[in-house]
Amino acid sequence: MNLYICLLIMAGVSYLIRVLPLTIFRKPIENRFIQSFLYYVPYVTLAVMTFPAILSATQSPISGIAALVVGILVAWFRSDLFTTAVSCCATVFLVELFL
Amino acid sequence: MKNSYLLRDKRTVFLQGMKDGIPIGLGYLAVSFSLGIAAKNAGLTPFQAFLSSLLCNASAGEYAAFTTIAAKATYVELAVITLIANARYLLMSCAMSQRMNPNMPFYHRLLMAYDITDELFGIAIVRPGYLHPFYTYGAVAVALPCWSIGTAIGAIAGNLLPARLVSALSVALYGMFLAVFIPPAKKDKVIGALVVICFAASFCAAHLPGVSVLSEGTRTILLTLIIAGAAALLFPRTEKGEEGTK
Repeated sequence: MNLYICLLIMAGVSYLIRVLPLTIFRKPIENRFIQSFLYYVPYVTLAVMTFPAILSATQSPISGIAALVVGILVAWFRSDLFTTAVSCCATVFLVELFL
Repeated sequence: MKNSYLLRDKRTVFLQGMKDGIPIGLGYLAVSFSLGIAAKNAGLTPFQAFLSSLLCNASAGEYAAFTTIAAKATYVELAVITLIANARYLLMSCAMSQRMNPNMPFYHRLLMAYDITDELFGIAIVRPGYLHPFYTYGAVAVALPCWSIGTAIGAIAGNLLPARLVSALSVALYGMFLAVFIPPAKKDKVIGALVVICFAASFCAAHLPGVSVLSEGTRTILLTLIIAGAAALLFPRTEKGEEGTK
């Protein structure tokens, strides 16, 4: 196995997946089901990827849960990307000081 | 102004994208650092690890590929694994195709497709109106160097950062996810309920025998198709012009 051929395959497949729908669907899709489906997709995908994965991202599930709760609260009241992300990091750091 | 494609605000929008790209870049540094360690274990040099992240921009996809390379699999297997681990970007690209300004030059689509990731897709799609290519470029200008340099550093010095710091940095990505779907969940009861259902279903899928053996990427695709499909059947969107649905 040549590693550079491997990289070429990885890069090629990764790009094709991303570029094909974006270039094929040039016109708005009129179908109401597909429209609604695509509207829900981002929220569903991100929610599915957040939990329970956040519990195993940290050294201890406890700090992961703490980050999740703090993240939800901050996002609920501030809805700012940077503040939410930093609050989660700070929470994990502080909680793990005591673990 | 909201739905127009104005070249004159491209500088402002680019800078906005860069600002929103900072937390993503920070999270990417942490995640790609551990990805670099995986690349090194698979036999890649730091330069190859750097190239891999620069060209693929995919955490789960690259990780799966490195594992495949380490297992001395075939090129075909490598292609299939990369396809499966990245298949959710196909859905994201479909969603993005519905938010493109018809008057935008075609080459922007080719460029915007390059770095569709969970995070960059997330911040772009929640902005109202048409997607602005320069917002994406701004965010990518910050996030992509962080991602590829982080991978190289990880491959060079696996255990340079203290574990506690890596642990704290690694939730930055989830913080960003939360900031993407919690505010709409607050406004729209359907999305709010969906988030709760997603958490529960995803938790069950991770622990249920039979389903939990599937890779995380495959589980994400299946759950997305089922939950978003059911939501679209039960709660179809009525107005085309509703916020964020254009």
